[in-house]
Parts: sequence; C-alpha cells; structure tokens
Amino acid sequence: MIRNNQARPTPEGQLEHRYDGIAKVTGKAKYAAEFTEPFPKKDLVYAYIVHSTIPSGSIASIDQKEAERAFGVIAILTPFNVPKLTSAKPHNLSILQDTDVHYNGQPIAVVLASSLPFARQAARMLTIKYNQQPAKLNFMGRLDEARPPKQGGREQPGTQRGDLAASMAKATVTVDETYITPLQNHNPMEPHATIAWWEGEELNVYDGTQYISGVKMSLARILNLPLENVHVQCPYTGGGFGSKGTAWSHVTLAAMAAKVVQKPVKLVLERNQMFGPVGTRPTTVNKIKIGADASGKIVGIQHDAIMNTSVMDDFVEHSAGTSRMLYNSEANATTEKMVEMNLGMGTYMRAPGEATGTAVLEIAMDELAHKLKMDPVQLRLVNYAETDPSRNRPFSSKHLRECYTQAAENFGWSKRNAEPGQKTEGNKQIGYGMATATYPANRSAASAIVRILPNGRVFAGSGTQDIGTGMYTIMAQTAAAALGLDPTLVDVKLGDSALPKAPVSGGSQSTASVLPAVDAAARQAKLKLFQLAMQDTHSPLYNAKDTDIETKDGHIFLKSNPSTGESFTALLTRNGAAPIEAEGSAEPGPDKNSMTTQSFGAVFAEVAVDKDTHMVQVRRVVGTYDIGTLMNNKTGLNQLMGGIVWGVGFALHEEAVIDPVYGRTVNGNFADYHVPVNADIGDIDVSVLNIPDTKFNPLGSRGIGEIGITGAAAAVANAIYNATGKRVRNYPMTPDKIMQA
Amino acid sequence: MNPFAYQRVEAPDAALQAIAIHNAKFLGGGTNLVDLMKDGVESPSTLIDINHIGLNKVLVNANGATIGALVRNSDLANDPAIVAHYPLLSHALLSGASPQLRNMATTGGNLMQRTRCFYFMDTAFPACNKRVPGSGCAAIQGFNRIHAILGQTDEGATSAHTCIATNPSDMNVALAALDAKVEIQSAKGKRTLPLADFHRLPGTTPEVDTNLHPDELIVAVTLPPAKFAKNSWYLKVRDRQSYAFALVSVAAGLEMDGDTIRSAGLALGGVAHKPWRSPEAEHALAGKPATRETFQRAAELAVAGAKPYEHNAFKVELAKQSIVRALTQASKGAQA
Repeated sequence: MIRNNQARPTPEGQLEHRYDGIAKVTGKAKYAAEFTEPFPKKDLVYAYIVHSTIPSGSIASIDQKEAERAFGVIAILTPFNVPKLTSAKPHNLSILQDTDVHYNGQPIAVVLASSLPFARQAARMLTIKYNQQPAKLNFMGRLDEARPPKQGGREQPGTQRGDLAASMAKATVTVDETYITPLQNHNPMEPHATIAWWEGEELNVYDGTQYISGVKMSLARILNLPLENVHVQCPYTGGGFGSKGTAWSHVTLAAMAAKVVQKPVKLVLERNQMFGPVGTRPTTVNKIKIGADASGKIVGIQHDAIMNTSVMDDFVEHSAGTSRMLYNSEANATTEKMVEMNLGMGTYMRAPGEATGTAVLEIAMDELAHKLKMDPVQLRLVNYAETDPSRNRPFSSKHLRECYTQAAENFGWSKRNAEPGQKTEGNKQIGYGMATATYPANRSAASAIVRILPNGRVFAGSGTQDIGTGMYTIMAQTAAAALGLDPTLVDVKLGDSALPKAPVSGGSQSTASVLPAVDAAARQAKLKLFQLAMQDTHSPLYNAKDTDIETKDGHIFLKSNPSTGESFTALLTRNGAAPIEAEGSAEPGPDKNSMTTQSFGAVFAEVAVDKDTHMVQVRRVVGTYDIGTLMNNKTGLNQLMGGIVWGVGFALHEEAVIDPVYGRTVNGNFADYHVPVNADIGDIDVSVLNIPDTKFNPLGSRGIGEIGITGAAAAVANAIYNATGKRVRNYPMTPDKIMQA
Repeated sequence: MNPFAYQRVEAPDAALQAIAIHNAKFLGGGTNLVDLMKDGVESPSTLIDINHIGLNKVLVNANGATIGALVRNSDLANDPAIVAHYPLLSHALLSGASPQLRNMATTGGNLMQRTRCFYFMDTAFPACNKRVPGSGCAAIQGFNRIHAILGQTDEGATSAHTCIATNPSDMNVALAALDAKVEIQSAKGKRTLPLADFHRLPGTTPEVDTNLHPDELIVAVTLPPAKFAKNSWYLKVRDRQSYAFALVSVAAGLEMDGDTIRSAGLALGGVAHKPWRSPEAEHALAGKPATRETFQRAAELAVAGAKPYEHNAFKVELAKQSIVRALTQASKGAQA
C-alpha cells in the first residue's frame, strides 16, 4: 500500500519529481495564451467576445459605429457581417452564423483590437438590440416538464432489472428521499484560451485543451478544411476537468477572426465568461428509494433523476448510473430525464455521473444504515457486488473490500459513535461519515513514437495532453522502463497534433491508453536497436540472437554475459549517428466487453460543525483506492487528493446560481462562486492498494483523474449528519441549510 | 475599462485641490475601485492617487485612537496597541478578504467599500438603482440570499428607490460597535461624522452609499478610549472558512463589572445597507447580568422589524444565534 503521509523513497523506475515541475515553478512552461511566436509578436491581435445579456430571443441589430471608431479597434465580427460557413453549423456552438440567442452569456460578437483593454472598451460601446422571447428558466418549478434524453433523435429509455414492485414488497426497511446536486462550473485555473493564425490555407492554433486531435477535427469540419491543414499545439493545460474536452465556440471564433484580419488572433476567456459558454455540470434532482430486509440485504433500488439540459442540445449527467452497479440488489430500476432550459450546454465535469451519483446514493445508503441500526461499512459489505450487477459480468479486478478495511483502519472508524449528535468539543459537534468511491477504467486506441538518440538520450512523443496530471512524467518512466534507462534520460513531447494520435484526456483514460502505446513504441525501438547490433560486424553483439540480448542503463549486452556489449551511444555513433525510431500503438483487447473494468475506493471524513454558526470544518479525509498499479506516487496521490478537495467543495461550497428572471449566472466569479480555500481543507490521507489490473492493460494501471471526487461529498454529508443529527439532502451544505434542517 | 487620467498627489491639500476635477475619485489601495472600473461599474474621469500624502499613522493613547485614513488594513490589524486595546477591530479586519488584499486596502478605502450585490457588480443586469439610478432592483425578484433584512428600501422591483444591498465590510461593523468617528476634510474645512452617520440607508437615493461629499477626503478614524479590550468578540458566519463575505457578522463589546454588564457595543454586518448598530440591544444589555437570557433578549431587539426575502429568511434566526454566541464569548473574555 502506498500512502501520501509516509516518508518513503521514490520507487525504482519512478521520477521523484514532476517532469515539468521546474518549468512550471520557474514560469518557463508556456500555456496557450502565452505564445508570441512563430508570428511577429507585434502582429498579435486581441479578441474579446461580447456575450448576450438576454436568455432567449434574437439579436435585432448591433450598432457598431461608435465602437469601430474607438482607439485600437481593428474589426468587429457580428452575425450581420461575419463570413458565412459552408459547413453545417454545430447546434451547440455559437459562432455567429445566425442571430438566435439561446442563453444569457452566449457569444454574439467578437471585437478585435491592438490590445485587450481596447477590445474590452470597444465592446462596451456596441449598442445591441434584441427581440426577446419568453425564456425557459426556473428549473425546480418545471420538473413536471421532464422528458427522456434524446440521442440521435431517439428518446433513451430507463433501465430495469428484476421485478421492482415485487422485490420492494419484501423490504422491511425503506429509504425514500429526494437528493439534489446543483449546477456547477469547472473553473480550471487556466482560462480557456486560443491563439490562431493562418499560413495560406493552413490553420495553426495554440489552444488550452484536453484534446488536441478533437480541436483539429472540429476546426477542419466546421471551417471545411482538409484535416491535414489544421495544426494544434498545447504543451501544457492548466486544468480542464472536462470543460476543455470539447472545442467550444471561442476556438472557432478565433480561427474565423484570424482569417478576417489576416493576422494572428489571441482570444482568452475571462473568468466570468466561463460560466455558460464552456459547459456546466447540470443540476440533478434524484428521487431514490432503497428497500432492504432486516439483515440489511438490499431488495430493490429505484433511482429517478431529473436534470436540466440546454435548449441547444442534450447532455446527460448520469447520476443514476452508479445506483445500477455499485451494490447488489434483487431488482433495480433507473430513469434519467431532462428539463430544457435557456442555459449553455452541459458537459463532462470531473467524474460526470459518478460524482453526482455517489453524492446522492451514498447519503441514501447512510440513511438506510441508520434505519437498520447497522454500521454503514457493514451495510456496504452485506451488499457487496462481486460481479457487475448492471451488466451481469465479472470485474477485471475488484478489491473494494480491502479499501473499506484499510481506510477504516487508517481513519479510526471504530471510534465512531453511531448515535448522531453525541460527540462535542466546546461549541463544535463532531461527526464521522463514510462513502464508497467508484469510477470506470476507460481505455482507447493510442499511438506514440520513441527515438533512441546517439547522445544517449531517448525521445518519447505522443499527441496526448498533460492537463496537470503528470502525463509527461509517466511517459518518461514508461519509455525508460522498456529500454532499461534512467527516466531522467528521456525527453518527452506531447500536445502537438503532428505527433501520433492519442485520445482525449478525459474519462480517466490517458494513463491506460497512452502508456501501452509508449511501451509498444519503446519495445519496437529496442528491437531495432538489437537488429542494428546484430547486423553490425563491429558490435560485440554481432550475430547474437535478439532473445539473448538485454538493455540496462544505456547499454546493450548479452544476458548470459553482461560484459559482452556496448553503450547505445557507441553503437549508434558507429552507425552514422542516426537515431533509431519506432512508432507503436495500443488498443483495448478483444475481451474488452466480457468484463467490467472499474476502480473503487472507500472514503471517510471527520467534520466539526459549529452549533451556533453552523459552519462546517472538514478536519480529516481518509481515502483508500483500488486503482490498479500506481504509476507515480507524487502525481498519482496528488490527483486523488485534488479530487477529495473538490469533493469537499461539492459538499460544502460549489453552486452556480442562475437568476430566475434574466437567466444569467449571478455568481460567475471567484469571490462569489465558492470553492474550498486552504483554510477549508484539513488533513487528507490517501492511499492505494497498488494491485495491478493486467486484464485491463499490460501495465496493470487504471486512470485516477476522477475517482478522488467520487464518494468524498457524501462522506462529508454523512459526517455532518453524524455530528448534528440533521440530514441535509441538498448540496452544497451551507450554514443556512444546516441551521434550517 | 474606460480611459481615465491618473494624478499622483503628495499632500492632503493637493488631493483636495485635485478632487475638484469633474468625476474624479481618490485612489487608495484600489482593491475595490479598480475591480469595479475593470468591470465598467465605476468610470471615474481621473484617479487621484493619495497613497503618498501621509495619513498613515496609528496613534493610541489614553484619549483613544487616531487611525490615519491610509493605514493599511494589515498594518492596523497587527498594530500592537490596536491588538491590545481594540482587539475587536483587529479581529474584524483579519476576518476580511485575504492577506494580499489587506496589505493594499486602506482604512478610508474600507469605509468606502461598495456593496457586493450581484446585480450591482455585473453590468449585464439592467436593473440596479445603485449603479444606474432609476433602473429598478433586480435583487428583489432575483437571488437575494446575501441581501439586507434591516433598513432596506423596498417599494417593488421597478421603483427607483428600491435597494436591498448590504455593506460588505467587516471593519465597519467593529468600528460601529466601538463608537468610532470619521474625520473629514475639504477645501472648506474639517468636520467629524459619527460612524453611525457616515454610512447611509438607501432611503430614496440608493446610489449614495455615504454622507461623504464628493469633494471631501477622509483623513482619519478616531476611537474613544477603549472600553471593551477585555471583553469583545467578532463573529463572522460565512460559506467557507476564509475569503468569503459575511452572511451575518457580529461585533460585540462588553464593559463588565463582575458578572454584570456595565455597557455594551453591538453591531451586525451582512444585514443592512450600513453596519447595523443596535442602540436598543445595547441599552437592554446595560446593567444586566451576563446571562443567556439577557443575550437572547438583546438579540431579539437587534433584529426587531427584520424583513427578509425568498433566499435570506435564514438571516433573522442566524443573526440571533450569532449575537447570543458573540455576546457569550465576549462575556468570557477577549478573543485570542
């Protein structure tokens, strides 16, 4: 087991520090908005997006005469003057192809000027007139309008297993409550940013993204360009959390603007502009009914979720998904329905479905445990799913039981008083809570390139992204491990669409997708190195068999006699000093659909709730996770901790509030959209079982970007109940809600 | 940001001369004004930078305290004499903003801090009487969780008078409880306003936050001799542990005679357009034993007449609980 709070040496083969750590802390790491080349810096034109201030209707007119005369203004793009695209306009983007307004905050114009302040100032001089239409707002008041989600025009049904009514009739204890999670916005530290410039018919962009290939495909499709004419670079991404998995309107607008002004255009969203146009996590209202017999065995789970969606297109936050598979139940039924609103699009946000799903289901489980007078951990063990109940197939590897045991032990769960409201310290009420964490292990096809260089270093490249997660670090480690090198000798390049293609850095899949490709490329390169030596009459390995050769520490040698060999450098130098290069790719095996690949964890929290102010301090969170092999202690445990911090924010702070009249986010800034600050976070102790899942991929590693947020919110919520005896079922659990519960 | 002129002055007299420029404003730490300028809420023609005119000393003696208008919030909060004699003020300051903001923010600037009403801060909302006089009040029918329950003007969403904004300052709440005075200078001379009369209720002119005239300069805040050094408490209830404005805050100071309260200072933050000092509650505390019953009665009086809205009804009860708690803590000693 690996734990973050234990002093320990760096394991063999792991980089002790983040590959890109020094570049980041010294400011050398350049993010998309920071580039001032290869174009002349003085040519850079600054774009500022103008957003709608009504929620529904159309733009009647835009008077731009005054703005055009403002100092520094170069051009103003509006739906009335923008070049029309010949391709079909994606219906979830706002790229000025019509005058429709679908939400308050929608991009409706772009001002281009020689500096950002000039562009902003001119934007204020536009006189925009609208034809307003009644808007679909007030989500909670319109739940009866909910309809099934549409995919490809077809309505998606719910799921059913067993005879729910018959099974529920056998229940001796039932929980039947409604749980709400609010609208949330991703808010990565780096705002969305694009620099676009054209060289003839070739389009180049720097873009802060989780998916360079996706940006490339989007731009080619929307602008009707051959795919090979679009080049996307993103060496660093300052967080994305799902909001940068899609090329939103601003990316296309930057490219369109660059074409109009024939200059490089920089477009950076302001914090306030990120509440709407770049995706949100929908509000979910979850009616959950769980029935159990006297022994705690669950006989039925019913989960009916209603969420908001945009009038532009559906996005489903699968908050009911977790309820289908986390525990055994004789019968199970779920539905997910949508209420249309004049809001920006919903999208993937860290653990889409599982973050909300565990946040609500795991409170219901706590309520059930309390009614049964059963320990919450014991209730989960009684209903432990050895196989995936939703798809009736085995898990590739599941060790959740060990997670419960170890996290409970690390936390000191045995000291919990099952009766709520009993433990006090001065004015504080102290409570313990726990929940299960889970997230699927995803994997897609990926490619990579590896070069062994004559100077003794190795290059590893892949068109993937490092969104702050540590991809640089673990790519270096993987190439080094395959070649028998110290990982500090590997140079990594990613975030360039010229490199072999890799999937979106989303769905916690990059580790499991890209590393096997890097491994395959490195093994190919190694084989080529063997062949070079075997065919080189001057090599000590001339005529040796490849199965008899091995590499270590930059040397190639006979396994049987390591002194017979030479350095990579000597071999390559003698052979024309050309690098050895190989590409590799990897994809999920054919048995992929015969099993469920899923990560699990157990998370425990201690809170102190002030009895008068009702403010909650999360003193401790302890989590133990079954995530396969941990590739790097520092970057891996850091992601799990970051996920828990977000879970605390989910529980206590985060909510985007939409004005009921104007449909605009009222708290779209960091002073009013609360996320945890340092003072909100106590001790966090994360550990992993480190049991390889080699049925999933040869490295045995499952992605860990998202599981940390799952379960954490409910653990805090359940701890609040244990502290106060007050059950809050509506996130975030702010002092007023706790006082009024 | 609108184009504006910048003028740096080196002395209070020069500042008072410069402020005669139409629509000029003084620039202190800039932590509020500059943000509002960037967002188009404020658009002064000229910024008169007064950071170099002195007025940056704290003087504490037997007659009380004199705090220069340009003393930074951090310096004031950590001034040993303030910590020793007016711990209520120190704690209030330290519960506000972040260290970086407190390092810049000034005493005078904090007095002038504008509301955080969402509808005032975002120019995309068309209705805000404080920002655009006569435009109405979007908060009445909007999300009014952070808004006023006491002293507001509510004549409906479309009235030019309606305003339910709150004063967001923590410092002002402590100053109200401490019976501070604001020393003001203009080209015509000096005058002094009690803190209670410095900030305004919205009345029929919600666009006017204070009784400071546009051509006047705050030169100092003065405090009477310390009465509450041994028994005071600043309690701030907020949505997270730091860097959040108060849902409700309480500044409580007690002058104790054994177990009996000789006199009290009590003010609330987050509930009104100005720091809400309650003379009725203070009167009800004077001469009474320091018991829970006494505090509860004071709490009832302090929020008497409260009129909450859809999203801030909790403030009435939360304010009462917080008052009782702050008074209880104050009766036991000074905040550490």
